[in-house]
Amino acid sequence: MHDFTTLLIEVGALLLLLGLLSRLSRRFGLSPIPLYLLAGLAFGHGGLLPLDASEEFFAVGAEIGVILLLVMLGLEYSANELVGNLRSAAPAGLIDGVLNALPGAGFALLLGWDWVAALVLGGITWVSSSGVIAKVLADLGRLGNRETPVILSVLVIEDLAMALYLPLVTAVLAGTGLLGGGIALTVAVGTVLIVLVVAIRYGHLISSALSAKDPEALLLGVLGLTLLIAGLAASLQVSAAVGAFLVGIALSGPVAHHATELLSPLRDLFAAVFFVFFGLTTDPQDIPPVLLPALALAVVTMATKTLTGYLAARRVGIAEPGRWRAGLALVPRGEFSIVIAGLAVAAGSVEPRLAALAATYVLITVVTGPILARLPDFPWFKRWLRTRAAAQRREPTPVVDSLH
Amino acid sequence: MRVRVEQTALPGIGVRHDLVTESGRRLGVVSHRNGRRDLVLYDPDDPDACQADIPLTDDEAEALADILGASLMLGQLSGLREQAAGLLTEQIAITAGSPYVNRKLGDTKARTRTSASIVAVLREGEVIVSPLPSFRFAAGDVVVVVGTRRGLDGVSAILADSDPDG
Repeated sequence: MHDFTTLLIEVGALLLLLGLLSRLSRRFGLSPIPLYLLAGLAFGHGGLLPLDASEEFFAVGAEIGVILLLVMLGLEYSANELVGNLRSAAPAGLIDGVLNALPGAGFALLLGWDWVAALVLGGITWVSSSGVIAKVLADLGRLGNRETPVILSVLVIEDLAMALYLPLVTAVLAGTGLLGGGIALTVAVGTVLIVLVVAIRYGHLISSALSAKDPEALLLGVLGLTLLIAGLAASLQVSAAVGAFLVGIALSGPVAHHATELLSPLRDLFAAVFFVFFGLTTDPQDIPPVLLPALALAVVTMATKTLTGYLAARRVGIAEPGRWRAGLALVPRGEFSIVIAGLAVAAGSVEPRLAALAATYVLITVVTGPILARLPDFPWFKRWLRTRAAAQRREPTPVVDSLH
Repeated sequence: MRVRVEQTALPGIGVRHDLVTESGRRLGVVSHRNGRRDLVLYDPDDPDACQADIPLTDDEAEALADILGASLMLGQLSGLREQAAGLLTEQIAITAGSPYVNRKLGDTKARTRTSASIVAVLREGEVIVSPLPSFRFAAGDVVVVVGTRRGLDGVSAILADSDPDG
């Protein structure tokens, strides 16, 4: 009984603290993710005030948090949007993957880590944070901007790519080797394709089985279905997160709309628990040695991400300022990077410094990203662009120029 | 002339419609999936960027649409008048002495006799659009007639007390 009391006190105090942190971050117009991570670091192993009784609670909560993050991500898109977007956005998605996954993977090898760690770190540096970026775009009043569809389609492709990447990583981390990884990938590709086809053809049937009218039944139904499918997917080595993502995609129409409203508060709660848990399991003493590498990695991949957005926007004929806005908006990495790092940590077979590096890396990009996104709105940046454009008009463009 | 409205999907957010006005300004509407909509005005110096992003409530959007829609209809009416030279609109009051007070619109046979049409009736501040032949006139009604000068004069004469068939 005593343990239970301690659990209540610890969970309550931590959630209360998260509430205050969230309010603080809103005041500065920042994402609360870095503060949640820091709170986790402070109260975890080797932190200022380790919490012991509630660790199991946070572990389960974090699992649910990942699943809710992914099902909500799936609910945001309809299957038609995903597939319709695929053809036009595939080149941008390819540039994105090459420019951002390779530096991360290369960096891991440079540090002398094995190829599994390289695969994981590549994923961490690849995926931008849809949540943070969507919020930044709305905050800066850029939803109507003509480069915004470019940004969104890069995010859509990344999310789709994750549906293939996560099961692959899950299989590799489980140590099933190259053959196992190949089988897992085949199963994943097959499942994703089947779900997309079923969602496009029969999405309305699945949705009509869950009535949108009764909120309680809908909440329990969608949550139950998501956890069930996520669990089944995990038992097939396809990753619970992907199962949840596919459930989100399969639901459409009013059911998806109402489910989004009902699940949002739950997602906020459990996603916060997930970020805290990641911080809890990371030893803050591991951070100082990886601080410089993380900083270097952040600088390199923030530059490659900016280049990605710049090139993607140029492809569709957006002018110079819009290309910079698209590039700088894509910089923040967040929930997905932590999801990938979390998988690696849970598997336990990967380089131990990876968690600390991932946490530091996400902290850096998620804090500087929204600040960088504001750069193109400053008068001095616009002046710099004008003088740059004028200089380019006067001089012939050099043959070797990374941006042209 | 038809205006070209471009529609762009915003995955995860909703859809954007935008158009370029004759004066060269680009403006658009972002319709969010959750029903919210923003009116956006693009920067003339940087046509990719929004200069203003104005969230509209349902009521505000409806009011704005009404204003723009109503002025559009008036514009179309006056355009119609210019296009069809010689076609006129007139408002004719039904006086208490008119033979058609308390009688049906169909009884006037106005269209057959004058080829002018009664397109609306104004009664106590309300507009009755396209009244049917079974519509009953009352003293004080004002009928809106569209036709040639001759036709309008004819309808005037019918509705006044000088109608030979009345």
